[in-house]
Amino acid sequence: MSKSDIAFVRREMLPEKAPPATAAGPIKWVRDNLFPGPINTIMTLLAIYFIYQIVSGAMPWFLNGVWTTSSLAECREVLQGATGGCFSVLTERWNQLLFGFQYPSEQYWRPTLAFVLLFVAVAPVLFVALPRKLLIFTGLYPFIAFWLIWGGTLLVPLVALIGLVAGYVVFLRVETKGFATAALTGLVAVVLVWWLGGYVSTAASETLALEPVQSRNMGGFMLNMILGTVCVSLSLPFGILLALGRQSDMPIIKWICVIFIEFIRGVPLITLLFVANVVLAYFLPPGSNFDLILRVIIMITMFASAYIAEVIRGGLAALPRGQYEAADSLGLDYAQSMRLIILPQALKISIPGIVNVSVGLFKDTTLVSVISMFDLVGMIRGPILAATEWNGVYWELWGFAVVLFFVVCYGISQYSQWLERQLQRDHR
Amino acid sequence: MTSISPPRGESFTLSKLINDTRYRSYTFQFIALVLLIALFAYLGSNLAQNLRDAGLNISYGFLSEPAGYDINQRLIEYDSQSTHLRASIVGVLNTLLVAFLGCILATIIGVVVGVLRLSQNWLIRKLMSVYVEIFRNVPVLIWILIIMAVFTAVLPQPRDFRGDDAEASMLWDAFAFTGRGFYFPKPVFEAGSAIVVLTFVASIIGIFVYRSYARKQLFQKGRLLPVLWPSVGLFFVPAVLMFFIAGRPISMEYPSLQGFNFQGGIYARNSFISLWFALSIYTAAFIAENVRAGILAVSKGQTEAAASLGLRPNRIMNLVILPQALRIIIPPLISQYLNLTKNSSLAIAVGYMDITGTLGGITLNQTGRAIETVLLLMLFYLAISLAISAVMNLYNNAVKLKER
Repeated sequence: MSKSDIAFVRREMLPEKAPPATAAGPIKWVRDNLFPGPINTIMTLLAIYFIYQIVSGAMPWFLNGVWTTSSLAECREVLQGATGGCFSVLTERWNQLLFGFQYPSEQYWRPTLAFVLLFVAVAPVLFVALPRKLLIFTGLYPFIAFWLIWGGTLLVPLVALIGLVAGYVVFLRVETKGFATAALTGLVAVVLVWWLGGYVSTAASETLALEPVQSRNMGGFMLNMILGTVCVSLSLPFGILLALGRQSDMPIIKWICVIFIEFIRGVPLITLLFVANVVLAYFLPPGSNFDLILRVIIMITMFASAYIAEVIRGGLAALPRGQYEAADSLGLDYAQSMRLIILPQALKISIPGIVNVSVGLFKDTTLVSVISMFDLVGMIRGPILAATEWNGVYWELWGFAVVLFFVVCYGISQYSQWLERQLQRDHR
Repeated sequence: MTSISPPRGESFTLSKLINDTRYRSYTFQFIALVLLIALFAYLGSNLAQNLRDAGLNISYGFLSEPAGYDINQRLIEYDSQSTHLRASIVGVLNTLLVAFLGCILATIIGVVVGVLRLSQNWLIRKLMSVYVEIFRNVPVLIWILIIMAVFTAVLPQPRDFRGDDAEASMLWDAFAFTGRGFYFPKPVFEAGSAIVVLTFVASIIGIFVYRSYARKQLFQKGRLLPVLWPSVGLFFVPAVLMFFIAGRPISMEYPSLQGFNFQGGIYARNSFISLWFALSIYTAAFIAENVRAGILAVSKGQTEAAASLGLRPNRIMNLVILPQALRIIIPPLISQYLNLTKNSSLAIAVGYMDITGTLGGITLNQTGRAIETVLLLMLFYLAISLAISAVMNLYNNAVKLKER
């Protein structure tokens, strides 16, 4: 029998061969993603060169960085002409960058604690999975934070809190009589409690008192955080009211809201800050003494609520008309249908937009440095760069400011994108 | 609701103003109006009282008084004896200049970055998203100040251009980039230059006429005329020809080093350059996102449908993708222009004399007329933004999908 007589029949499948090295794995990835054609190859090489330039410039600057000297001259002495960052300006002026230069240094733990508690307070709002009981702390947080940062007796925020709670209880009692009546009665209760409580807190101003700190002593990144959080949280309710007003059937109310929103959105924030700085005082009762930070908060809140109103109007418009009609056909009145049917859905749609406005607003808080308030940018431009020890340290200080703002804003926008994905899943 | 007439036999009673939904809205509006008037009256009386106490009044007379300060960057004639009004106009023009140039540069960078973010190239894609994220998430004020510091610190000073082996040299002997600002050649229009300019304007009009003619031919007769090369030709050829025919009436004045500084040419201060550049790259990061979103929003089926009709790739881009993408891109683009214009008020941080720097800065400080100047300032920005949103509405109406 010769070999050729035996027919060859394969009885089992051949094992799969590995694809050629150029068609799979990292080589294919590199070919497809970095060098797919002549133009792309040139762009990749240019990009690599660019990255190399940046890294080769920045690495020695970081690695040779000096962290412990107390002035620029001393730092240059240590460096001996080598490339290196004088990061000692950050370590030496750390507290000034964060708290400004007038906040009493033995009280730094108070804003720090308030900052840490902020995360606890905000967490249940941001993440629905957390226990709802935590929202109670969120409600208490503004009063605790006020007490920690500004100091003074605990009675002041306590009275404010009791007033609001009393108003809400009264509102719930009278709610069956109609929304407007209940809201008005609740408001009366709030004012009454505050008026009475005012006497108590002035009489016992030493009860549980922290050392009071004037508003004008706030500064540094703390000021940006205060302005950002206060104005965003205050502008939400105003924004909702303005958006509802703009949608209203009543022409006068509608036009008041339209004019307000369009006016605010048409002017730059800096002109509103000028108003806070030099004009607003003319419109307040003679002899009244609002401090600058409060006037700035008023103006930034107005600014933010106009923008938030537009976002929420988008959410209201995006709701199908059937939702409004369904609420009407259930026999709900305007306040009920808004509170129970429309707003929960509209607000959910507009959360990403609201977050974007908040990021923009937080960035805009740096503008207060133009009206000579010492926020982070104001501190860097003013007291630190003007000091003889640190005159000329640009890169380290501005780099620090960039990193701080980037971390906060990028974090918030990543959260917003995550939330958008969550909400999308809910709809399907 | 209000149009329904009350049922017969029921007379109007006062309690209906609260209990009847037909009349309740009148009550609410009345209350709102009264509250508003009360608020304004309260603020107004405070204002009157405060002004009386301070011995002031509201008057715009200061606008016609001599300003007494100098403005270093100006587009029109101005000296320190000119009026405050003239100083404001100089500021307005400076604002418009930086906003206009900023919009152009921001659009160019933004479109390039937005397209590159969709590139096949992984490295370029990542690099562009790093750029977008870094610039979007840091306040524009910080960018303006950083770029100002970089320009001042990194670029050579005019004195470095001196001597035979100077540390710095001019680009083509025409452009000088210094820490004090940039120097460009300046065109000088001599007698007879008007005819060249007129030819140029006429050829631009000619381009538009030709393009609309080409489109009419395409739609009516199905004839496809070349558009790009005739346009380019029309743009350059007649003007250049006329330039030589008229005996070269336009010449360039080059900046040159005299003493410790450059003389001649156009001088753009570093405050202007850094503001312009910072506003542009900040806004470009936002525009890039809009461009990317607009291109992504055109569904892939559109490309495939156009391809199955037999269109070539560049025609698919021009006739199918771009018109649909532009409809999505342009409204947010215009509101970015508006943001850029409003952000240009940060010029005051680097000392560029825009309207906020002249009227809201020095004029306010010198005259103490806070209310009047801030009001004028707000009205100016309000007018600009109303004008831009009017343009936007016109555009939106023009490109709105025409439904049955």
